[in-house]
Amino acid sequence: MLSSPGSDAVKEPAPPPTQRSPARRGISAPRIGVRHLSLLGVLVALVAVGAITRPEQFLTGDNLQLILTQSSVIGVVTVGVTFVIIGGGIDLSVGAIVALASVWATTVATQEYGLGGMLLCALCVGLGCGLVNGVLIAYGPMVPFIATLAMLASARGLALLISDGKTQVVTVDSVLGLGVSDSYVLGVPPLVLVFATVAVLGWLVLGRTTFGRRTVAVGGNAEASRLAGIAVRRQRLLLYLLSGLCCGIAAFMLIVLTGSGQNTNGNLYELDAIAAAIIGGTLLSGGRGTITGSVLGVLVFTTITNLFALNNLQSDVQQIAKGAIIVAAVLVQKGRKTQ
Amino acid sequence: MAPPARPAPAEEPPPPDRQFPLLSMSGITKTFPGVRALDGVDLDVEAGEVHCLLGQNGAGKSTLIKVLAGAHQPDAGEIRWKGRPVRLHTPVAAMRLGVATIYQELDLVRHLSVTENIFLGNEVAVRGFIRARDARRRAAELLRRLGHPEIDPDVPVGALPAAGQQIVSMARALSHDVRLIVMDEPSAALDPDEVDNLFRIVGDLTADGVAVVYISHRLEEIRRIGDRVSVLKDGRVAAAGLPARTTTTADLVALMTGRDVQYAFPERPVSTEPLEDRVLHAAPPPPVLCAEKLARQGEFAPLDLEVRRGEIVGLAGLVGSGRSEILETLSGARRPTSGRVLVEGRPLRPGDVTAAVRVGIGLAPEERKAQALLMLESVTRNVSVSALPRFSRGGWLDRRAERAAARARTRDLALHPDDPDRPVRTLSGGNQQKVVLARWLLRDCKVLLLDEPTRGVDVGARAELYAVIRRLADSGVAILLVSSEVPEVLGLADRVLVLREGRVVHTAPARELDEHRVLDLVMEGSPSC
Repeated sequence: MLSSPGSDAVKEPAPPPTQRSPARRGISAPRIGVRHLSLLGVLVALVAVGAITRPEQFLTGDNLQLILTQSSVIGVVTVGVTFVIIGGGIDLSVGAIVALASVWATTVATQEYGLGGMLLCALCVGLGCGLVNGVLIAYGPMVPFIATLAMLASARGLALLISDGKTQVVTVDSVLGLGVSDSYVLGVPPLVLVFATVAVLGWLVLGRTTFGRRTVAVGGNAEASRLAGIAVRRQRLLLYLLSGLCCGIAAFMLIVLTGSGQNTNGNLYELDAIAAAIIGGTLLSGGRGTITGSVLGVLVFTTITNLFALNNLQSDVQQIAKGAIIVAAVLVQKGRKTQ
Repeated sequence: MAPPARPAPAEEPPPPDRQFPLLSMSGITKTFPGVRALDGVDLDVEAGEVHCLLGQNGAGKSTLIKVLAGAHQPDAGEIRWKGRPVRLHTPVAAMRLGVATIYQELDLVRHLSVTENIFLGNEVAVRGFIRARDARRRAAELLRRLGHPEIDPDVPVGALPAAGQQIVSMARALSHDVRLIVMDEPSAALDPDEVDNLFRIVGDLTADGVAVVYISHRLEEIRRIGDRVSVLKDGRVAAAGLPARTTTTADLVALMTGRDVQYAFPERPVSTEPLEDRVLHAAPPPPVLCAEKLARQGEFAPLDLEVRRGEIVGLAGLVGSGRSEILETLSGARRPTSGRVLVEGRPLRPGDVTAAVRVGIGLAPEERKAQALLMLESVTRNVSVSALPRFSRGGWLDRRAERAAARARTRDLALHPDDPDRPVRTLSGGNQQKVVLARWLLRDCKVLLLDEPTRGVDVGARAELYAVIRRLADSGVAILLVSSEVPEVLGLADRVLVLREGRVVHTAPARELDEHRVLDLVMEGSPSC
């Protein structure tokens, strides 16, 4: 009913006994596609604006690579946050967790263990913070907003304490080697590759696994999920662990990118990630959303930032533009919903 | 069952001093998707009378009072107020006229104080600034008038007991210039002496010329305070304006039950009788579901219950009799205060739905949309949600197998339209219920707990659901059925437990009971005739 007829005509016909129902094995693909198409349209329009206003700077390989690299760190965080929101929660602590993980993994003591040790440390810090969030929310008495707000404050404070307010420079050569701009894996900067991997994995997990299906169910109707026999608490815990893990990965990416760990890392990531998820079509109340949409949302925001920088516009104008885009995206979605 | 002779409607002469009744509703019709809730209802209410509304669940009482409160707009019909036609577009419009409604679920804001609740939306204020002291004084005055001067106007409403909250609701109604108060089962949550106080208040109000529309299932109350009774049945008026004190219980029950619509119930299997003989004489087959002294404080008294393979056991009782609570406790959604549940002889971990589902208990809850369905999702995903591990290897879903299996189950139940990708919210009530049943079929459940399975399902689709439920039992599922529609319980179940206020007051094979007897038990707690 809701899907536009004909948009899925490419799909093979249904198994013999169907009388009327359209054959649609790619479940709900057409409906989601429309939404993504409009975001893709916005992205194309932004690229066109860039190509027109700064023809010799915007459409260069270096600049496009820069946009992708800048999208990578926040992109990985957004994938985790998207899961949490679809599952009916919210995670305000991601930026602070990124800061804490990046600082912890770059202490002199940790750097002695080299590349692997630092990566492991970042992931463990992320998972640890996620565990605290998840236990407080799923098994404790706290609502997600409050629990992760508390984590935001304390993780950021701990990061400041550990680093003593200073930038911790990385001296491990193998780490630094990953970040230099002319290192490529399969022709792609390694950070972009990490982002792509996380995004594809997230897409698969959300759409093709029991974990993903349960996330959507719990976010859509927690009581119905509970009565259907889903372990709702465990699912919630796992979601915050996943978000924490993504923060750990993002922290390590930042370390590689900047060659340092700072307590100011990940500032306002929570808002950027939530905003990207929302304009990507994720319902803030849970139960619906896609990784593809969130990735597009991240790319739109990063492209805007890049465009404004190239055109020498102030960051306050950028912020206003971002706000307008969020409002516009939600209005478009509401409009489509009431049709 | 032939409807018993209808009592002669008492023709009361209209009061000579009034030309028009205070309220006159005529031809009120209201249709919801799939259900005609009201079908040409007429109702006259005089100033200063207590007009009782009687009718079974689903008869249309709630819809009627919501129309009167301006919460629902009728599709057709006319409302006159003191002879003048009026339209009640919004609850505010009704309130301006002087109509106040005290709903069964009280509409109070728990965190606000008694005073704030009483004047909610009607604050005692000057240019937007609340006159707290005036408001408090007036609140105290109203509470005194209602016979509860002990209620502190400053405490949050959430801290009051149910009876106190009801007083606050009533105070809110009286804070307006009210001419007509609708009370929806006001005594359901009250102790006997609180009921006495309620009746005193009703008496005071009517003495002031206020009309009261009183809804209750308790016939003895209607006798005590009612002036006239109107009976609703299947969205129509079965009798209007009967004298409340002199109409007999038998007549009222007959009016409530005599149906135009005859439900078609499927045949019971022939094996039912030998099964019961075995229960009485020989060693019975072990029950699939068994409750031993299962109880929850304040909800239902210790209960022993057995449901066998292929058997349908019915729980008959009013809203608030503990029936839904019993089902939810059996399903693990609520933790019992004492007693235990056994499935095939093995005790169940208390208060753990996941464990209950694993051993084969499935609950089709009363609030289908809030408690069972994922409204944003497709039919397939709603059906498969309890059985996902079956279609996954290492967590990865085989979506084709999932879809095929879900479809096979919905086909068995003749889901219409037969489209597994259709969003479940676009289905009719009966088909949504089939989706819930298909979910448990896919899970191979051994015990099905059905809470009001035909609520919001239109008459035509009901027969189909009944057939489905009987077929499930015949295939070996043990079914426990709750319904406030007595004919449904009697028509479907093999054995019936009658509940009243959290207690089983009677147990009997369904064919030894009839609707009158069950209604008597449910409402009066004592066998009549």
